[in-house]
Amino acid sequence: MKSLFNKISIQSIVIGLIVVGLVVLSISGFLTPLFNVGLNPLISSQSWLSVRYLSFKEFFTSPKDMATLRESNAQLENEVSQLQSQIIQLQENLSEAQILYALLDFARTNPQHEYVAATVIGREISPFLQYVIIDKGSSHGIRHGMPVVTQQGLVGRVDAVLANASRIQLITDANSVVNVRLQSAKVEAQIIGSLTGEVSLQMVPQDITVEPGDVILTSGLGGNYPPNIFVGQVVSMQKLENALFQTGNVQAIVDFTTLNAVLVITNFQSVDITPLIP
Amino acid sequence: MMSYLITGLSFLIALMIQLAVISRTNLFYGSADLILLLVAAWALLGKTRVSWFWTTIIGLFVSIISPYPLLVPFIAYFFVFLLAQFIKRGVWQTPMLGMFIVTFAGTIIQHLLYLVVLTISEREFLWPEALNMITLPSLLLNMLLSIPVHALIQELSIRTKMIEYEL
Repeated sequence: MKSLFNKISIQSIVIGLIVVGLVVLSISGFLTPLFNVGLNPLISSQSWLSVRYLSFKEFFTSPKDMATLRESNAQLENEVSQLQSQIIQLQENLSEAQILYALLDFARTNPQHEYVAATVIGREISPFLQYVIIDKGSSHGIRHGMPVVTQQGLVGRVDAVLANASRIQLITDANSVVNVRLQSAKVEAQIIGSLTGEVSLQMVPQDITVEPGDVILTSGLGGNYPPNIFVGQVVSMQKLENALFQTGNVQAIVDFTTLNAVLVITNFQSVDITPLIP
Repeated sequence: MMSYLITGLSFLIALMIQLAVISRTNLFYGSADLILLLVAAWALLGKTRVSWFWTTIIGLFVSIISPYPLLVPFIAYFFVFLLAQFIKRGVWQTPMLGMFIVTFAGTIIQHLLYLVVLTISEREFLWPEALNMITLPSLLLNMLLSIPVHALIQELSIRTKMIEYEL
């Protein structure tokens, strides 16, 4: 009995020592290569089995998932289209707001005038005439002859008025004559429109030197427009020896092709001087 | 009754598109005239009584909103209508050819009428410049646009007749 006890005790001690030794060797990393050699095939096998199992499971459960995914996809597509339409709407609002802010800035910098903001809703059908139609009329205080501007400069004047719409004659129209002042040369002149919408500078005295880039402002003469509204810049001048006046080409400051919103100056009433002309 | 309604609606929509879109779409300095094309197409393809009625209405309306002296646009459109009626009797077998002839002649005569009126109202311009820079591009645009307009009005005309027949 005693010898058996001694035998077990010795075996326990030996096993204990082996376990402790293995733990120490494992902690110290000496057994890692051995573990790798032993575990790598096991891990590979486990991976292979796991992937096959998942594939197998997916094969049987996929119809349900596909239906869910399709539903989810349709919902997301719907949300995306809604968001896209919202973005377009917001971009339009932003664009409109930017135009209105610019007009508001102009109104603030020119507080001597009262303005009515209007949207351009149409353009004259005939290509020979340069007119636009705005969405404000006599019910908004607009009257015949009132000047029309944008934040950039002069647009034209009110030509005809209905209750809720008005027709604006642009300064590019062939029948439009605006009395102007050349800022640097300090001389009065006229700008006249044409059938093609180009603007020319007329009635500039021969002895005046006008440079390309000179700024053109309304002079206020004739009583059709208030003074000092920006009209455009001189592009080039033509001086003929036998002519009484110089003529020139003008680049209007307002881009009439993209005219969306305008301001009508409501506290300026044009003066009709036709009866005074002999 | 249905033909009156559909023709009127088509003219109304065309007028809105013309003022808002087509008048702003230029080739050089010219632009198409959708109203003229519709007058021509309805006169060629629709009932004479209905197209006559709506040509008068739309012509008067355009005359009101246009800066031209009274009734000049109306006279231009009515001339197009009469030309289309004449062509309809002459070359009815080939309606597309009729549309081309009416569009071509109608555009030229409309522009000449406008230029004469502008000359009388003392607007300074050069005739060759007006014809080259405005009339010719407008003519080209009108000719191009006459194809889809003719097809559309033809379809509308057939459907209108079918609806009226069913009613």
